[in-house]
Amino acid sequence: MMQAVAIPPFERFYEEHRTEVLRLLRKRLGAERAEDAFQETFLRALRAYGRLHHAEHLRAWVLTIAHNVALDTLRRTRPTDELVEAQSTDHRPAYAELADLTDGLAPKERAAVVLRYGYDLSYEQIASALGSSPDAARQATSTGVRRIRRRIAS
Amino acid sequence: MTVSPDLDRRFRDAAVHLDLVDVGFDVVDSPIGPLLVAASGQGVAAISFRTDPDAQLDRLARIAGPRVLRSGKAIAPARRELDEYFHGERRGFDLPLDLRGLAPFTVSVLRELARVPYGETTTYGALAAQVGHPRAARAVGTVMNRNRIPIVLPCHRVVGSTGALTGYAGGLDVKQALLELEGAR
Repeated sequence: MMQAVAIPPFERFYEEHRTEVLRLLRKRLGAERAEDAFQETFLRALRAYGRLHHAEHLRAWVLTIAHNVALDTLRRTRPTDELVEAQSTDHRPAYAELADLTDGLAPKERAAVVLRYGYDLSYEQIASALGSSPDAARQATSTGVRRIRRRIAS
Repeated sequence: MTVSPDLDRRFRDAAVHLDLVDVGFDVVDSPIGPLLVAASGQGVAAISFRTDPDAQLDRLARIAGPRVLRSGKAIAPARRELDEYFHGERRGFDLPLDLRGLAPFTVSVLRELARVPYGETTTYGALAAQVGHPRAARAVGTVMNRNRIPIVLPCHRVVGSTGALTGYAGGLDVKQALLELEGAR
């Protein structure tokens, strides 16, 4: 019972730290991605809050959670940024970097994305490699990229 | 740099949606003034005439746990039934109640209180008799005084043996107003 009293009601904790958490996340991730990360940070805190044994170092605790969420976000989203960049600047991510990202796509989509962005093949070349038309290759590539984006966003 | 109201609301809604909150609360307007309404997973846990959240947070944490969060979504069913009640469109509440932490005598008195019909009054002594302790009118008075879910648990319908209003957490004028709303006086 003493412990329950020592830990502040979550509302008070949230109000006290939300501004600083958002500031940290914006600095690490930019304004847009910071919003999802903000929500994720306090949801993680809320999940663990009932199991806290004392109220010491709550500020350090929540900033650590925010830091971890930022790392997770960067880890998850950096490859797509490169993917988007690849479209415009012809920058080539290595095949290995695309392997994880395309894991779980249908085989044809996966091959199309890897050949397009991993090896910078044209849609004609991809089409002949996959035994399909250039339009179908373009379609498979863009479907694959959309799926990856959706998965990262969810 | 502040957290926008939209971001703030999205977090609060998500927390309630994911069932991560021990007790959610919000302040709602009513014809008898603002009310702080709190609900846990078990049901309505508190209604207070004192609406400064800071004064209520620790109390709510003691009732339901430390994960106390302000959220309109958490109390939506209670708000709806209260609105209907205040508009004269509802005579009884269907809301589940969170009576955790209350003594067995208190719970039995409150259960009996919940049966006092809309628009009628009873006395402390009559309630005491109904729970099998006819001489415990004073103790019943204390239970009414500490009723943490007023309006839904209608302690405003309990008056002295002379018919005097005697007392009410929200003030005697509020007790009078509720009885008038119900057509009891």
